[in-house]
Amino acid sequence: MKIMTCPINGPRLISEFAYAGELKAMPDPAQATDEQWADYVFNKNGPAGIKREWWCHTSSGVWFIAERDTSRDVIVRTYLYTTEVPRT
Amino acid sequence: MMRLPTLPGEWIDRTRTVTFTFENEPVTGYVGDTISTALAAEGKRIFGRSFKYHRPRGFLSFANHDVNVMTQVASIGRSTPNVRGDMEAPIAHSKVTAVNTRGGLKNDRFALLNHFSRFLPVGFYYKAFHSKRLFPMWERLFRRLTGLGTVDLDASHRSTPKRYDFCDVLVIGAGPSGLSAALAAAAAGADVLLIDENRALGGSGLYARAGSDAVVAKTQALVSAVRAESRIRVLLSSFASGYYADHWVSVIAPEAMVKVRARSVVIAQGAYEQPCVFRGNDLPGVMLASGAQRLMYRFSIGPARRITLLTANAEGYAAALDAKSRGIEVECVLDLRATPGPDSTALMAQLTRQGIRVVTDVQPIEAVAGRAGSVARLLYRVAGVEDSVAVDGIWMSVGFAPANAFLHQAGAGMRYESSIEQFVPERLPAGLYACGKVAGAYSLDARMADGERAGRQAVSALGAMDSLPVAPVLAPIECPNHPYPVFAHLAGKEFVDFDEDLQIKDIENACQEGFDSTELLKRYSTMGMGPSQGKHSNLNALRILAAWRGDALGEHALTTSRPMFHPVPMSHLAGRGFMPERKTPMDADHAALGAVWMPAANWRRPEYYAVDGVSREAAITAEVHAVRTGVGLIDVGTLGKIEAHGSQAGEFLDRIYTARYSNLKVGMTRYGLMLDEAGVIIDDGVIARLAPECFYFTTTTGNSATLFREFGRLATWWGLPVGLVNLTGHYAAFNLAGPHSRAVLRTLTDLDLSDAAFPYLAVREGLVAGVPCRLMRVGFVGELGYEIHLPFESGTEVWRALLNAGKASGIRPFGVEAQRMLRLEKGHVIIGQDTDGVTNALEIDAPWAIKMDKPFFIGQRSLAVLAKQPLRQTLVGFQMPLGVTERPKECHLIIDQGRIAGRVTSVGFSPTLGRVIGLALVDPVVAAHPTLRVRMDAGVEVLLEVTSHPFYDAAGARQKMEVAS
Repeated sequence: MKIMTCPINGPRLISEFAYAGELKAMPDPAQATDEQWADYVFNKNGPAGIKREWWCHTSSGVWFIAERDTSRDVIVRTYLYTTEVPRT
Repeated sequence: MMRLPTLPGEWIDRTRTVTFTFENEPVTGYVGDTISTALAAEGKRIFGRSFKYHRPRGFLSFANHDVNVMTQVASIGRSTPNVRGDMEAPIAHSKVTAVNTRGGLKNDRFALLNHFSRFLPVGFYYKAFHSKRLFPMWERLFRRLTGLGTVDLDASHRSTPKRYDFCDVLVIGAGPSGLSAALAAAAAGADVLLIDENRALGGSGLYARAGSDAVVAKTQALVSAVRAESRIRVLLSSFASGYYADHWVSVIAPEAMVKVRARSVVIAQGAYEQPCVFRGNDLPGVMLASGAQRLMYRFSIGPARRITLLTANAEGYAAALDAKSRGIEVECVLDLRATPGPDSTALMAQLTRQGIRVVTDVQPIEAVAGRAGSVARLLYRVAGVEDSVAVDGIWMSVGFAPANAFLHQAGAGMRYESSIEQFVPERLPAGLYACGKVAGAYSLDARMADGERAGRQAVSALGAMDSLPVAPVLAPIECPNHPYPVFAHLAGKEFVDFDEDLQIKDIENACQEGFDSTELLKRYSTMGMGPSQGKHSNLNALRILAAWRGDALGEHALTTSRPMFHPVPMSHLAGRGFMPERKTPMDADHAALGAVWMPAANWRRPEYYAVDGVSREAAITAEVHAVRTGVGLIDVGTLGKIEAHGSQAGEFLDRIYTARYSNLKVGMTRYGLMLDEAGVIIDDGVIARLAPECFYFTTTTGNSATLFREFGRLATWWGLPVGLVNLTGHYAAFNLAGPHSRAVLRTLTDLDLSDAAFPYLAVREGLVAGVPCRLMRVGFVGELGYEIHLPFESGTEVWRALLNAGKASGIRPFGVEAQRMLRLEKGHVIIGQDTDGVTNALEIDAPWAIKMDKPFFIGQRSLAVLAKQPLRQTLVGFQMPLGVTERPKECHLIIDQGRIAGRVTSVGFSPTLGRVIGLALVDPVVAAHPTLRVRMDAGVEVLLEVTSHPFYDAAGARQKMEVAS
């Protein structure tokens, strides 16, 4: 079983964590066209490589960001979400 | 065969015997024997029948690889199938039989199949079973003909404990390289776990002796050092069954599965000796030389009296010397090579001194069986001239396949090292190391040096993310592996895979038919798919494949063998179920009241309360009637219950729900609909404002845990400082509903319940039956009603007090079925029943709940897009015409002009209206028709009358107004 490092609780079994999808910036609803909005809602980033994702350590409720390299099946790093996370 | 003289270190205890029967004949072995060594000690040579052709089989590898000795063991209270006789100890007084025979091992009537092998070509099943009509007949036939043991359906349930272990360095394999690795790692300060599938340390260092004590002495020194090292823990009779991510290794110990988390892993599993492929190589008496050595030194079994060594490496010469030193006559050594290497030449001198002749450049032709069915003669060819030798044992020593299953599973890269004709690691993942034969080191000194290196590296790079470069191969001077030990015969029966009875022509025919790559070949021919998972067959099959294609072996990759490494009893894998069942505090009271249970997420709720002599329908009807005309009480404690605190809690809820909460007055509640980003409805609930900076709200039962978690993410993402408290398990909740509810409640509380002081949709905090409660006046079932939330531990007390207080009013507890009908009569939508995974908020026609003028809520922007498009479906109410007895069910389809136009989502008989009513999601155009055509079970179609909903008290007067009580 894989190990994931919670930024607060340290390395724990992956079965203690839940995944909530890609970290992606929401376009301004007032500015976005219908097409841009539909792209945000429905299109996910598919290609293998580094992904930035929302993960939760479910036993403690800590939400954080994990960077995973899906081409190597490796968790590259994990860190708490702050407003400094670039909105890309 | 016979028991050899006593030897120090043998694994048997000659002072104690064990008696059992094999094929109904009594057998006596020593404690320490396996089933097959006990049989061999009594002179038996045939232990089983092969899978497909039912050929007699004896020892082959004696290494837990092949399944020539597969038995059914019946002992008191239990019959165990597929017990591998080479591994398992006989149980005293058990009845052991060979599997896969008809009429016993000796007179197996299915042995006839041996003569029909040409009618059972490779891919036979694919070719023969096209006809679906005939398949059941074929299946019955072949289930009898080929197979394994018989499952004892009466066996008692057995599960084994699961244990957990942790170490710095896990060393798998305790031969000379593994022992050296463990010692080096421990010397560097690591906590080491050393495991081996055998019952003693030492591996081949204690049985491949070349007739001398030098190797044994060195190995024993390693064993003693390991035993003396306190940092090394040893786990014997335990094999690693699989390698999983981040050095997580499952270890199968005799009575438990141990899940080991290591920081690094050293693979020192050695190599499996491989058979020479020639006609008759499966006859009892033809076996691997290393298997014979294990029998001689571990169990003091002489598997033959007079043998020849068919060899192509120095290991074969060593085995000949071992045979001689254990008193077995060696007729000759037959070397496939024209020029034996330097190690062989040195050993040849010793053989010659003992009068054993060596013949080189030999090509085996055929092993021939004697009258008893076991081998009697080997025919071979030297320089074009045929010759033969009369022996009762042929020991094969032509090469090895590295035991690299875990390297493959861990994602290591392999390359073919042609100097030793073997695959060796080229690229290893971080924290994984290989040493010894698996990495190409064969001599004892090389294996010890390689083990030391791996042990040191495993500690030096602990915790590193990147892998170390792979160490150079400490290749032996003499190649241990023959490049192509395959000798086809016109009459066939040269076995490549002994588990599956595959011959050279089967592999070649599969190639011919286009299955000429490793993966295709495996699946088409079933090569390597038997219990040994190709440990003795994959390499030779790959060689035949490469030769057929004219490729070099290194151009083909071996398949990755998956867990389990060896067969594992199901009882080792079976775990306990860890499905929690949650109970509300009133669970026992419900049961006492006759509750019939139904699951609700991981809770259980009363579906209805059974009444003696009354049908289910009638009981539910009575519950509905009580609520409509008197008073009822329902446990709703399974709802998600959450508090949100902070100055921005209102804004937070504004963003989560479709309605507005920042302007909600303290002391009031408001319904909430929750959407996802696509505008699809995912949940609903009631939000109460208890204080300017404190909200208390509910979610549906099934979504409570995931939604609470998601709220945490949203608060983090939006940077809203809101404190969220999950009170789901802390609070009990019930709903007191019906025209008499206020009168009942009044007897238990000092709260002013008048409409002016406690209006519809208000929330109040106060004592009920002396317990502090939160009361919400909501229209849950469309009657005057109070939802009461209170500390879990006081739930039963207040529940009982309410039932007691309501006695005079005829109070009835009601269950989920009555609740559904009461809510359906009011046209209330059940999220997840009347909506599905694509139903958006516009489709349920609830514009009052959606505030599009708010700055933001989840799903708002998508609803703006959807609002510009025509509705895909809409929720309508219907009733069955009077006089129609058929009743549609949920999910029955609405048909319009031959196409599907929607489906029924809720339906039931309303006791209040005396009609069958329901809701359906349908095409808006069809919804405008006065009737809907519904297609029911068995294709019957009836018409439904479209009606407005709510069906009952559409104005909602009953829940709002003072009702005479």
